[in-house]
Amino acid sequence: MASLVYFSSTSENTKRFIDKLGVPADRIPLRPKDEPLTVDEPYVLVLPTYGGGNEGGAVPKQVIKFLNDEHNRSLIRGVISAGNTNFGTAYCIAGDIVAAKCHVPHLYKFELFGTQDDVTAVREGLDDLWKQL
Amino acid sequence: MSEKLTLVSHVDAINWNRIPDEKDVEVWNRLTGNFWLPEKVPISGDVQSWNTLTPEEQTLTMRVFTGLTLLDTIQGTVGAVSLIPDALTPHEEAVYTNIAFMESVHAKSYSSIFSTLCSTPEIDAAFRWSTENQNLQRKAKIVMDYYRGDDPLKRKVASTLLESFLFYSGFYLPMYWSSRAKLTNTADLIRLIIRDEAVHGYYIGYKYQKGLEKVTPERREELKAYTFDLLYDLYDNEVQYTQDLYDGVGLTEDVKKFLHYNANKALMNLGYEALFPNTVTDVNPAILSALSPNADENHDFFSGSGSSYVIGKHEETTDDDWEF
Repeated sequence: MASLVYFSSTSENTKRFIDKLGVPADRIPLRPKDEPLTVDEPYVLVLPTYGGGNEGGAVPKQVIKFLNDEHNRSLIRGVISAGNTNFGTAYCIAGDIVAAKCHVPHLYKFELFGTQDDVTAVREGLDDLWKQL
Repeated sequence: MSEKLTLVSHVDAINWNRIPDEKDVEVWNRLTGNFWLPEKVPISGDVQSWNTLTPEEQTLTMRVFTGLTLLDTIQGTVGAVSLIPDALTPHEEAVYTNIAFMESVHAKSYSSIFSTLCSTPEIDAAFRWSTENQNLQRKAKIVMDYYRGDDPLKRKVASTLLESFLFYSGFYLPMYWSSRAKLTNTADLIRLIIRDEAVHGYYIGYKYQKGLEKVTPERREELKAYTFDLLYDLYDNEVQYTQDLYDGVGLTEDVKKFLHYNANKALMNLGYEALFPNTVTDVNPAILSALSPNADENHDFFSGSGSSYVIGKHEETTDDDWEF
């Protein structure tokens, strides 16, 4: 059995998507002084794109810190990202960056906290994915 | 105007080394990092393309842009400024001053487009149209009334709906031209505006939700009902405005899908679930792709439609804190 790991800023958009999915998920802590998250089973990462610019900073620092841990990184199996098409070529680019860095598929993109269609698609997609892992 | 001007009642020196809400810094950095000016976009490259449009298409484009100019002017001189007295933190006040200024840059950028592509009489005629079109004026009046009202949270709702919904009947057209390889430099400039408005809508919507945390459940219900009422009001008007503009070129139904799609996103910025079902939000793929080339079907790995998906496509990242 695998799980989800997610990051959500104080806007809580990504957390709302996770809550709607209703599957077990661990949250990457928001503040540097919080206890770091360590995972022990394969997981899919869900993260927002800090968006808009082409100046870097698309992947939240907290997620980079989590993935810099080699043990955590070894267990990632895929990435799902949130964003906004208004950011043009930077739409969901955080997912592209993590997928490229970790050599895992970018499984799905959704906007803001996702629609019911997104929730259904991801829930079904994850069910199939877990069977293959 | 007999109403009294409301200003922040007390000001302390702003200390950027004490941050009650990290979102203020994050958004300030994003907005200042995204700063741009219209003079940097080579609109003159569109002169030839402009001349391939029919007179009717040219008039439509100019009217759309004067409509957008009006909204940016409102947001720059009234909307963003009206949010300052109710800010929860001094850094939030500073972010609104940035938003207000950028709206003025947006408003000015349409004039840059006009001065490059059109004659003075044409420009004057388009501005005259914007003051005479009832649906455009009604849209402006609805929003302005809320900015003048005495409810800070309702002001944020109106402001978010303006940033994230009301612009899109206009933004559709440059995306449409771009998808047909016309006015592509103009489209590049509009994309910069769209990017800014996305951050503005996200931030003001976020502050609205922060404000909701401090009120009673009854008041929360009232504000939710108010939000949907206002959206329906604006939507009805927006449909008529869209007909005024686009019936002549046969694009009204296509624009309406774009309106539904963006209304859903505006609601999400305010923390509410999407309202319009997927049967009416299926934006023309050419328009979506003009907006974001990354928004194609290939993103859905799960459904199998992404069969051409390549794992590990090279991505440049300028962040230096990766350790692998």
